[in-house]
Amino acid sequence: MPENSRKPRIVVVNTRAANVHSVEKALRRVGADPLVTGDPAELASADAVVLPGVGTSDSVMRALNTMGLAEPVKAFAASGKPFLCICVGLQVLFESSEEGELSGLGLVEGNVRLIPTGMKDELGASMKVPHMGWNEVAFTGSESQRHPVFAGIPQGSHFYFVHSYRCVPDKESDVAATTNYGVNICAAVARGNVVGTQFHPEKSGDVGLKIYENFLELATASLTESGY
Amino acid sequence: MLTRRVIPCLDVDGGRVVKGVSFVDIRDAGDPAELAAYYNAEGADELVFLDITASSDARETMIDVVEKVSSEVFIPLTVGGGIRSVDDMRKMLEAGADKVSINSAAVASPKLIEDCAREFGSQCVVLAMDVKRVDDPIISEIEGYGSVPAEAMWQIYTHGGRRPTALDAVKWARLATENGAGELLVTSMDADGQKTGYDNELLSVISDSVTVPVIASGGAGALDHFYDALVVGKSDAVLAASLFHFDELRVAEVKSYLAERGIPVREV
Repeated sequence: MPENSRKPRIVVVNTRAANVHSVEKALRRVGADPLVTGDPAELASADAVVLPGVGTSDSVMRALNTMGLAEPVKAFAASGKPFLCICVGLQVLFESSEEGELSGLGLVEGNVRLIPTGMKDELGASMKVPHMGWNEVAFTGSESQRHPVFAGIPQGSHFYFVHSYRCVPDKESDVAATTNYGVNICAAVARGNVVGTQFHPEKSGDVGLKIYENFLELATASLTESGY
Repeated sequence: MLTRRVIPCLDVDGGRVVKGVSFVDIRDAGDPAELAAYYNAEGADELVFLDITASSDARETMIDVVEKVSSEVFIPLTVGGGIRSVDDMRKMLEAGADKVSINSAAVASPKLIEDCAREFGSQCVVLAMDVKRVDDPIISEIEGYGSVPAEAMWQIYTHGGRRPTALDAVKWARLATENGAGELLVTSMDADGQKTGYDNELLSVISDSVTVPVIASGGAGALDHFYDALVVGKSDAVLAASLFHFDELRVAEVKSYLAERGIPVREV
């Protein structure tokens, strides 16, 4: 077997969150062979990394800090290799969160705030927090300007969200997609190799799996570029 | 806009789906993964698997069911039935469930809700409530419950609807969500199986009393019942079982009907 046909080493960071295995299963479904681990050394040799997260930003930050993963995650983000963050995994990229005491990783300028409560939707129903369920996602910019991880996904597709806090990036250019829940909510962030989704692609049916498929493609491509 | 969810509920006994009988395009109507894939293709927004297995030996097979379904179908999955502890819940979440519903065990020990929410987050803790209009406010003292409060319109039953308790359903809904339940699955025992519509009065009173999503269950028999549960009952999601399993209505049909009447739904 020629060396360049090896599968990329995709590491799913085990933040001890309950949905780590859902992410793993989605990656397997699209043909990847992911490694779920909390070992910092594995990050250094990864071709691509997924940072999942459910629960609270403090619980994810505490896991990263105590497992010695915070610095390796930052180093990986700086490596230019594909890095996908999900839900609270996205929220901890920011500097701080109203939800917790611990500082975030500070890889994206901005903060994380509670979704306003007490609003009514167009049907007159009170809008509950958490924002839970399928909501319509609008990608910013034209199809050709989109980050490749979101390629081929119809504008306005529905994705599955479960969250009470929303990311507020300082720079408009970091917002890759939005959704509306009384207020505009940042649904995805993209900056070079660092991509994050507030929704759960691993729970969003076919359009969600498409994101993992695109991510695997990026990981495979970066493998070829780096001369393996 | 956040869409309203349509959720088929599947009863599982000893690892096999029961009541899943009449689809021509399904080879094995008892296979949970195959049925899950079918409903996913139909546009189901979420799936609920209810373990109705009586013996605890056979209950272990539910973990395999969850493992298999979650490897093949990538929409949210709620699992319930026989969950008694934080550990039970952990097993289901690790097997691939996104949410776990608790019912009788939460009534017996409301602290279980708090413990599960602290451990896994409220978003995975669903409180399932079996609710009946109060017809006999005097609950035997032998049960140790006392009597149903005079102002209560609905009371809680446990053990698959076999055992009445003195709990006021509306108060229980409030208490459970204060303790960390992230969603309520409200089944009206009066409406269940009648096909005359959901108990929209019950649903709207509960929905107005809590700040978490409410799933309507029990009574669906026609398309407008789903609409009414969402609009009159103020529910966030509608659940049905046999109606879908026996192909009397299809999930896709319900969703296009709701869309025509101006309810936001996810198109597939």
